[in-house]
This record gives sequence, structure tokens and C-alpha cells, in this order.
Amino acid sequence: MIESIVIPMEHGLLLAAVLFSIGLLGVLVRRNIILILMSLEIMLNACGLAFVVVGAHWGQADGQIMFMLILSIAAAEVAVGLGLLLQAYRRFSSLDIDLANRMRG
Amino acid sequence: MLEIGLFYVAATISLISTVLAVTRYNAAHALIYLIISLLASAIIFYVVGAPFAAVLEVLIYAGAIMVLFVFVIMMLNLGSAGDDLEHHWLQPSMWIVPSLFCFVLLIEIIIVLSTGDNMLAGTVVTPKQVGIKLFGPYVIAVEIASMLLLAGLIGAYHLGRRYLSDVREPSAENETND
Repeated sequence: MIESIVIPMEHGLLLAAVLFSIGLLGVLVRRNIILILMSLEIMLNACGLAFVVVGAHWGQADGQIMFMLILSIAAAEVAVGLGLLLQAYRRFSSLDIDLANRMRG
Repeated sequence: MLEIGLFYVAATISLISTVLAVTRYNAAHALIYLIISLLASAIIFYVVGAPFAAVLEVLIYAGAIMVLFVFVIMMLNLGSAGDDLEHHWLQPSMWIVPSLFCFVLLIEIIIVLSTGDNMLAGTVVTPKQVGIKLFGPYVIAVEIASMLLLAGLIGAYHLGRRYLSDVREPSAENETND
């Protein structure tokens, strides 16, 4: 089992960083609530990718365990987020998140 | 050397489909590209030696969580549905790129399965190791994750239930107050 890692860990981490940046850009740029939630999923998946790549680099199971915890966080986040999305769509009849920029609106 | 090629092809597909997912106008199209990105991530997980994470990525991320998005897009019924719109959706430019990406990923899976376990780069962390560690030193994290999922379940139930009850009795004074 002791063999040289043929895929450099830095490339996996670079991929995770670029995916995270794309997701962050999506959260900042898009105004559709569905697209914002998807961008959050991209960011969480990039974090999981970084954990798995590093865990595989050291040959430990900790990276996959952290990935599973991120998976449960993503599941809980998307359930509550989509519930809020339905509420916002019922109230504003639109998915524009700028309509919700006032409190007690 | 072949697994290096698999990694970089999957990484390229993941990057391109993620950029396309963030820049689409239609939410359903963005969802398709996002699912392709997650499938490419699953292949990356398998190639770097984490097969259990790859299975979870396909089952939970690309399966369960994306199904929630599909349900919500269906429930909101965005856009005016019509036959001409359906005809517009089925243009080749809408599905040729996702199909191409899926085809490349399928070829990668066939290559991996036809060559056996030799395709895994580096050390393989088996699901047995993950399970032993998950229910050994990390058992408190499992409890925290279960409480988090319970909180998410209750929150989603609460938000969805109020949505249904408000539909049954429309409140007019709330609209005029606004």
C-alpha cells in the first residue's frame, strides 16, 4: 500500500479552491435565490473535495469522515433554505432576493 | 499514468460545468450542470482513493439533495409552460453539452471498471476503515450530525407547514398592511 502518490495533492487543493471561488462568485453575483442556494452547494462540495483530497494524501479516513459531516450540513442547509425559498416566493411572488432587503417588509 | 488522465479530465469537466451552472439563466439548466459537476467530483474521489466518499457523493449529493432542488423548481412552476416552450427546451443546444460531459464521465467509469482496482492512485481508504473511525473516535460528531439533521427536519417541516396553511386561508389584511 505504500506507493508514491501520482496525483499531486496541490492540484486537488487548487481545484477545490477554484470551485470554492466560483461558488462564492455565484453567491455574490446572482440574484436568484435558487441559484444562490446552488452556489452554496458548490462551495460546500469544494470544501468536501479539499478534505477528501488531503485525507487521501495522508492515507487516513479522517478526510472522508469530515466529508460525511459536510454532507449532513449540506442536507440540513438545503432543506431549511428551500423552505425559506418557498416562503419568500409566496410572499414576494418572485425569486429576486433584493426584494427581501427590508426588515418588516 | 492513466489515472492521472482520469483525474485531470474529471477536474476539467467539473470546472467547466460549475462555471456553466453559475452562469445559466434557467434554473433547471443550471441544475443539470451542477449534477454533472458533482458526478465529476465523485470520479475524482474514486481516483484519489476514497471510494466510500465517491458513493456518498453520487447517492446523497447528486441524488437526494439535487432531487430537493428539482422538487422546488417543479413546485414553483417558473415560466409559462407550453408546447412551444417544451419544443424550445428540447433544442440540441440545450442538451448536447451535458450529454457530452456525461458521455466522457461514462467512458471514465468504463475504463476504471475494466481495469479493476489498479486505477486507484495512492493509498486506498476502505469503507471499513472509515466506519471503524466514524463510530470510534468520531462518535460524538455522529451525534452532533444527527442533532443537526433533526433540527433541519423540524425547520423544513415548520416552514413547509406554514406555507400550506397560509394557502388554505389567504390573509387579505396582510397585503393591505404592506
